[in-house]
Amino acid sequence: MQEISLREGRKSRQLEVKLFTHVGEESKLILDELPSKLEVDQLNVYYGNFHAIQDVSFPIKEKKVTAIIGPSGCGKSTLIRCFNRMNDLIGSSRVEGKIKIDGEDIYQQGIDVVDIRRRVGMVFQRPNPFPKTIFENIAYGPKLYGIHDKFQISGLVEKSLRQAALWDEVKDILNSAAYSLSGGQQQRLCIARALAISPEILLMDEPASALDPIATYKIEELIRSLSEAVTIIIVTHNMQQAARVSDFTAFMNTDESRTGYLAEFGITKQIFTNPTNKETEDYISGRFG
Amino acid sequence: MPRETLDHQIHQLQDEILLIGSMVEQAMIDSIDALRRRDINDSKKVYHTDYLINEKRFAIENGILILIATQQPIAHDLRLLTAMLEVTTELERMGDYAKGIAKINIKLAGSDINLPMVEIDRMAELGISMLHRSLTAFIDENPNQASLIPLEDDEVDSLYVQIYNKVVKDMIANPQEIDSSNLILWIAHNLERMADRVTNICERTVFIATGELLELDSTDDEDSE
Repeated sequence: MQEISLREGRKSRQLEVKLFTHVGEESKLILDELPSKLEVDQLNVYYGNFHAIQDVSFPIKEKKVTAIIGPSGCGKSTLIRCFNRMNDLIGSSRVEGKIKIDGEDIYQQGIDVVDIRRRVGMVFQRPNPFPKTIFENIAYGPKLYGIHDKFQISGLVEKSLRQAALWDEVKDILNSAAYSLSGGQQQRLCIARALAISPEILLMDEPASALDPIATYKIEELIRSLSEAVTIIIVTHNMQQAARVSDFTAFMNTDESRTGYLAEFGITKQIFTNPTNKETEDYISGRFG
Repeated sequence: MPRETLDHQIHQLQDEILLIGSMVEQAMIDSIDALRRRDINDSKKVYHTDYLINEKRFAIENGILILIATQQPIAHDLRLLTAMLEVTTELERMGDYAKGIAKINIKLAGSDINLPMVEIDRMAELGISMLHRSLTAFIDENPNQASLIPLEDDEVDSLYVQIYNKVVKDMIANPQEIDSSNLILWIAHNLERMADRVTNICERTVFIATGELLELDSTDDEDSE
């Protein structure tokens, strides 16, 4: 902050406008007060010899939306794929540091990875429904986790589709092929599929980048309403989307060797009105990246 | 620089703000000059050209709204553009003060009342100088410079009090001149408010640079009226 000299002892005073003033302090206050669902602690990720992410630490607040933004190749997707140990599927990957969900390190020995992936659902950039009916797409997960009671499954299908704001559009065509739906509907179907196994955290990797503006707004509204029940982490290249849907924003950047690092983390309204880091300012204003 | 278009358009708007600022300065200089000479025709010129300042204000406002809608500025750019909206409004109101003083001179036609021209000249000189420097600080985004200018408002306020006391004394001595005396108070009031609005411009400069909304004025607007 630049130094400014103000007249002392007279009526110079700060206005009671909370939107812009003291956001730094407010940010800290909110961060301290809210419980964390997930904590990234000194995370380093390597693919073979390539150091993909370096020393990333920040909290993900419970039942809030956290956006991860940053230029291509800064490690955003790598980072969120660590949150449900999807990177385990890449042979050369190696993870150092801790990722704690409810205080428990998900990379410690003896952790049930299948259970982690049930608790941490994921939605991808392009809708990827199974080549099955709408109903079966949703029922697939619960069945996999041992639920076979038909009434229970039907109830879960309806609940999940309602949560994903898709029920009214598909309730009469549940036995139609999922591929018969529009792109936006398919993406909401994938969100419903992820919700059917009651995840505690939902990872969304560019969930609206393949959708038209109307479908995008529906997904964004959905994200806002889902955050009342689920902790959401969204990776997006769309700055306005991050500003619209998220409560917190993490800005990642890369150094010369293309290693990703966390440049700034804070409440979204601060990041988008008065970021503390010059790199963040330049990136969100579209001046690089 | 991928945002060259945005930067270029912001620079154009900054130029326009400097231009409307110069128009306001000139209007005030001309208005006070006509008052000093009690030249009704020159006051009418100021009165009838105020619409140019109003038109310029709407053009700038429109340009800012288009940039906000089409370029989705955020962070510093957003603060800058919203501050420009505020500053343009302040400048347009200052133009109204110059017009108001011109109107008073027109109304005073035929009156031989003595004007406290020394104080009025000094108030106008201070106000115009403060305005000029506040716009430089605004365009340079210099919060240090901007935070010093409102300190000069005290002298403007004290001149206002001097004029007020002088005019009230005249009112008591010459009750038949109350109407004309009242108009002189309005001249002083306009000049005093002009300096207050300079302070608002300075506050926006601090806001652009720091993101903080601070009140820099030492006197409450209401107290001074």
